[in-house]
Amino acid sequence: MIAARARGRPEIEWANWKDARPAAAACPTGAISYQDENGRRTVRIDLAKCTFCGLCADVDEAIRMTSVCECATRRREDLETRAVYNLHPDGSHGGMISPPAHATPAQSESLEVLGQKIKERAKEMFGRSLHIRQVDAGSCNGCEMEIVSLNGPVYDIERFGIHFVASPRHADLLLVTGPVTRNMELALKRTYAAVPEPRLVVAVGACGCSGGIFGVNYATRGAVDAVIPVDVYIPGCPPNPWALLHGILLAMGRWPEKADRGRQERETAGAGADAFSPPRNGLPSGCARSKLAPGFRPV
Amino acid sequence: MTVSTALLPVLDDLNKRFKGRLDAVRAPRADEIYIHAQMDLVAGFTAHLCRRWQARLVSLFADDARAGEGAFHLFYVFALDAARGFVLLRVPVPPEKPEFASLTNAIPAVNWQEREIQDWFGLKLIGHPNPRRCALHDDWPEVYPLRKDFDLRTELPPFQGARHKFREVEGEGVFQVPVGPVHAGVIEPGHFLFSVAGEPVLYLQLRLFYTHKGTEKLFENLPLPHCVRLAESISGDSGFAHATAFCHAVERAADTEAPPRARFLRSICLELERLHNHLGDIGAICTDVAFVTVNMHCLRLKERVLRLNESLTGNRLLRGMACLGGVRFDFDAGQIQSLRQFAAALRPEFESVVQLIESSASTLDRLKGTGVLKPEVARDLGVSGIAGRASGLDRDLRRDFPHAAYEAVKIHVPLYQAGDVEHRMRVRIAEARESLSLLEQFAAKLPDGPTRVEVGEPPPGATALGWVEGWRGEIFHWIRAAPGGRLARCKVKDPSLQNWPALSEAILGNIIPDFPVVNKSFNLSYSGTDR
Repeated sequence: MIAARARGRPEIEWANWKDARPAAAACPTGAISYQDENGRRTVRIDLAKCTFCGLCADVDEAIRMTSVCECATRRREDLETRAVYNLHPDGSHGGMISPPAHATPAQSESLEVLGQKIKERAKEMFGRSLHIRQVDAGSCNGCEMEIVSLNGPVYDIERFGIHFVASPRHADLLLVTGPVTRNMELALKRTYAAVPEPRLVVAVGACGCSGGIFGVNYATRGAVDAVIPVDVYIPGCPPNPWALLHGILLAMGRWPEKADRGRQERETAGAGADAFSPPRNGLPSGCARSKLAPGFRPV
Repeated sequence: MTVSTALLPVLDDLNKRFKGRLDAVRAPRADEIYIHAQMDLVAGFTAHLCRRWQARLVSLFADDARAGEGAFHLFYVFALDAARGFVLLRVPVPPEKPEFASLTNAIPAVNWQEREIQDWFGLKLIGHPNPRRCALHDDWPEVYPLRKDFDLRTELPPFQGARHKFREVEGEGVFQVPVGPVHAGVIEPGHFLFSVAGEPVLYLQLRLFYTHKGTEKLFENLPLPHCVRLAESISGDSGFAHATAFCHAVERAADTEAPPRARFLRSICLELERLHNHLGDIGAICTDVAFVTVNMHCLRLKERVLRLNESLTGNRLLRGMACLGGVRFDFDAGQIQSLRQFAAALRPEFESVVQLIESSASTLDRLKGTGVLKPEVARDLGVSGIAGRASGLDRDLRRDFPHAAYEAVKIHVPLYQAGDVEHRMRVRIAEARESLSLLEQFAAKLPDGPTRVEVGEPPPGATALGWVEGWRGEIFHWIRAAPGGRLARCKVKDPSLQNWPALSEAILGNIIPDFPVVNKSFNLSYSGTDR
């Protein structure tokens, strides 16, 4: 189903990597970067920034583009790989001092398998389906196009019990694309505050995961996690439907711990506290659902 | 200076008419003339060029040239369809008196563009009917991001939630319906304020620029090859078109041209992009009047285009394909064969979807007469692309200013006068058919040869206009080169910027429940507008 020419994440022959500089210069988003210190070079590959453009592989034989797109992770740092090399006087790499900590390679699973897993998990967790609210916090609309594809008859994610809903108040999960612009920051925070807890947030695309090519500038805050807490990061530019499903499934794995934590917080907050009281996550006042009557309790 | 023969009479006439008032005339390319003059000439020059030569003011932008030339420059870009050329009027704005005269009363098409200059460059508009902020929201501090002394990484205080003051609409039974920026569907953010009396919309105010990402400023901070990737991210649905328009501008500035095979491959990709967007839109328009079956068929066909895109270029949205001097990936014989088979196989399926729409009287009834954009309004607003062709504006850069490989084919441009949702959909249907035919023609005529040439650094100070007829309409990129393979300025003009005000006109008198379908029939890019 995925074409042979399809570009997913790059794969690096770490042991035979002669020089990271050409690839770093070719990378438009800074996903490949290095730092030289005391005759050593620390090379960093950050999949959160990678747009899978393949320009690095064009200039460097040690890099090969794979067709693996399902790279979502629960922690931002898991998208990063570092290695340290000794440096030759001419700036090329000598021996590798510290080998890269390999992130577990994502398993490419068929759409059906992914979807069925989500369905089962949604059923055991909620006894119902997963409701998603999508928020474009500044994206170029590329990620939105692929998210729309998910709803078409080919992927038809409704059959797995995933529904895109119109209001954040109906949602279990926020699917946020970025970079978060200065003008969307407050709207994103308010949308987040409107989602009932426990809630999940998935950052979508290179821009959502890291700010992408836009980074942080006068008009953008960069990554989604600079503004609201993120549970899962889905790299790609844009991530294809498989990558999106894989990330959503990963996010559902976080549900039990979140639900437990939410319950504990409510219990320790005491009897007088409102179950719908503003979440303690540093949101500005006025963002919370303060309009509910004080005695209101969820059924 | 070699000016194309078609432009010579225009130039002679201008020289005669404005004798002694044109400070300089230069033509770096046969179809691109720069005329330097003073501010007091702008209104008369524009009026004359538009009346005598049917010129269209397609773009208006500023450039901070204080460092080199001691002034801001305003550029008025006129397209002369008949002469197949562009005239760019350049006027200086002295830094000690940073203001310029508005043309909006005479040419409503430049309304937003003038206000954008005011917001981003701090050049005060004189005589504008509505000189409020447009591109920067009301809570922004007094900063002028596109001035050269403003740093890209400047940290501004976070948004505090100050509200935009919309115009009051009053009267018995009149109420306001605010929508957005976060919408109910999977779409981009923007705010719409409807003023309604009962069901009909009296007035619609748009508040956009929520996705402003500092793109034009960012162009000035990236090396040229990276700028191509940035251009891909201006508007995700038109990534290839924007990147190609950008490459076109840089190639012109560097006096190079992509080789023939590359130009054909560019055209193929542009048509694939047009096709998948049109398929998506036709389906979405039908969904908005509750004919979801069509949408499902359209999404199914669209997915086939996306997969073809992936098999040809490695990315479903053609990302990573564009590059300076040509394209990054060649298509082998097998891929060309699969392209031709695809076009042949998609045609009957597409026709059956069209049949399905035509057979639904209730669908056509909902689309007919909904969201009418009158031809005279469209002309005044300079509406481009699909929306223009549905309202009687017979323009298409592929035919009028052939770029990529469009010179090699004959293009049928659909044209309607009705200007309603139905006809904006009919333009898409006709263009999708045309795209399939063009794909076959390009595949059949594809010349051999290289797919890429080396593009040298454009000489510092070189300026050039690049353009592409994207699926939505006319895309213009204008660049001024800086030393060291950098850009001093990149102006991006997405057709959406031009067309948004037309949506406010088309919705008048319609009911709010019809807004989604009217909006979808334009399907304008928020990100392309906000940049």
